[in-house]
Amino acid sequence: MPPLEKKTLFEKIWDSHVVYHETGCPAVLYIDLHLIHEVTSPQAFQGLRERGLPVHRPDRTLATIDHIIPTRGRSLPGFRILDPQASRMVTELRDNCRQWGIELYDLNSEHQGIVHVIGPQIGATQPGMTVVCGDSHTSTHGAMGALAFGIGTSEVEHVLATQCLLQTRPRTMEIRLEGRLQPGVSAKDIILAVIAKIGVSGGVGHVFEYTGSAIRALTMDERMTVCNMSIEGGARAGMIAPDDTTFQYLNGRPSAPNGPAWDAAVAKWRTLPSDDGATFDQAVSLDASRIEPMITYGTNPGMAIPVTGPVPDPAAVADSGQRSALLKALEYMALEPGRSLLGHPIDVVFIGSCTNSRIADLRGAASVLRGRRINPRVRMLVVPGSADVSKQAESEGLAEVFRAAGAEWREPGCSMCIAMNGDELSAGQYCVSTSNRNFEGRQGQGGRTMLASPLTAAACAVTGVVSDVRTLLG
Amino acid sequence: MQPFTKLTSRLVPLPTRDIDTDQIIPARFLKTTVKSGLGEALFNDWRLQPNFILNQPRATGASILLAGDNFGCGSSREHAPWALLAFGFRAVVSTSFGDIFRNNSLKNGLLPVALDAATHAALMERSVADASLEITIDLESQTVTLPDGKSVGFPIDAFSRSCLLAGVDQLGYLLKQQDRIAAFEARA
Ligand code: SF4
Repeated sequence: MPPLEKKTLFEKIWDSHVVYHETGCPAVLYIDLHLIHEVTSPQAFQGLRERGLPVHRPDRTLATIDHIIPTRGRSLPGFRILDPQASRMVTELRDNCRQWGIELYDLNSEHQGIVHVIGPQIGATQPGMTVVCGDSHTSTHGAMGALAFGIGTSEVEHVLATQCLLQTRPRTMEIRLEGRLQPGVSAKDIILAVIAKIGVSGGVGHVFEYTGSAIRALTMDERMTVCNMSIEGGARAGMIAPDDTTFQYLNGRPSAPNGPAWDAAVAKWRTLPSDDGATFDQAVSLDASRIEPMITYGTNPGMAIPVTGPVPDPAAVADSGQRSALLKALEYMALEPGRSLLGHPIDVVFIGSCTNSRIADLRGAASVLRGRRINPRVRMLVVPGSADVSKQAESEGLAEVFRAAGAEWREPGCSMCIAMNGDELSAGQYCVSTSNRNFEGRQGQGGRTMLASPLTAAACAVTGVVSDVRTLLG
Repeated sequence: MQPFTKLTSRLVPLPTRDIDTDQIIPARFLKTTVKSGLGEALFNDWRLQPNFILNQPRATGASILLAGDNFGCGSSREHAPWALLAFGFRAVVSTSFGDIFRNNSLKNGLLPVALDAATHAALMERSVADASLEITIDLESQTVTLPDGKSVGFPIDAFSRSCLLAGVDQLGYLLKQQDRIAAFEARA
């Protein structure tokens, strides 16, 4: 008998979802779960209408409203969205979902939230699935052991019409992290360190699989933080093999299998991890025990440094393209090269986004804030990722910790991660943010973003300057 | 979708590397339910600088954007290629592209052309200095004819190429697979 082919997690999922592959054409890949939201779906539904096509599998489609909604006052009587454009987008999503029988987690739903927070939280995202969404951070769901990636609006239309996508097979990259994280260092620091190492285009054309003891030790919330930012390293998707941590997380969630179906599902999921001896097209490894709290100084997520380290000096960069990018970034951020950011004044702290708005993130931030007040110069927003997270945080007393510290405790949504809903920076302001993008203007025109972990962000809120959270830990 | 066959045009050089789709079209312009009318929003925040390249006379009537490495990283917003097309671009030349941006472009008739680093750097240098510089992109032969008459190839998958040449979108191919999709669903 010939030896069995050794496959990676990615290859197992890919191979089992190819409907058809004609020579010279991309593969027709079946999609198990399609998540949609108000910003990238209207033109896709419009396309269907123009062609007279129905939605092929409304039962495999889930919708939420997250990007453009206000994050306060929603439970007040007479609430309505004041921005007419935003209001129109919400109405359009509601109409489209009603017309096609798509389940929508609307504003007052108990499961409403950021699309990448709610999929895993309700147990809709499961190991071995293919998951897509018109949103680049769909890579988050890879933490469940799924192949999950972001698509454009034309592809949203393709999936609505056929539940399939045309895809060329990506290459694979193993990102191995061995060792134990130091106190004060968290999943966000891992992924910022990874992207700083490989660069924002390092993963183009690839799917990442994160492996190693440091990854195995992470909780599901932490794994989602890591997979979430795979796209910031240029990768389409990032994934982590399912294990007992995954199964424990899923067990009992509303959309997860139950009864005998649960045991059958777990048995199947246990066959998914990459086989011993399976090979990746590329591999990188980092020593997790040497990772420090990270922060970004520039205008892409690869421009990250240990919080104690110096901002790089363009004069020391050999490549002219990299040098001019660095110069441009430092000019936008109004930062000096060669010096640490420690002590640099900040104006706003944002805790939220699909990267860091889960209950573990809020617990982390609250652990720093408990018994402390934020610096009076700083405005701090805490925006939970979903209604479930919000409820949980209220019941654990975390919301009270935030309020008592002087932070604004908001309702779930994307909020200041993308600044489409009125929560935004003014020009020139510095914000330490737990979101995933520090692009120019991302959090408001002229705003300056420094990406960091919830622990670091909370520490900065207390001191009013860029700080090393380790100096505040008991 | 307009077919793409052969295009000769002046270039708009934008040497910055890692230009993300938030720069191509800032998020506040995504509050729309249609694809049209986004040309004005293209690089909106960078256009606030009077000397930005898109504000210069040379940008008028030029349909090839020559951008730095890794163009179109970040957000999946298809509004980025829609805005580039609405402004008048039909092709973007770089050394590499963000995966989702590349996919989105191919589905809308905007051709992403990846050149090798040396050719790209030389072309960028000449283009910055000379506003009248022209190149020809021939999709049929998958080549770019440079100002000195030399031709270089560029990669594109055969399927996207034939869709672009014919001006047909890719959904038609998927819709033809409905029986296979139904059979797959019955098996699963
Ligand atoms: S939180 Fe930010 S990155 Fe995540 S889906 Fe919302 S806008 Fe996108």
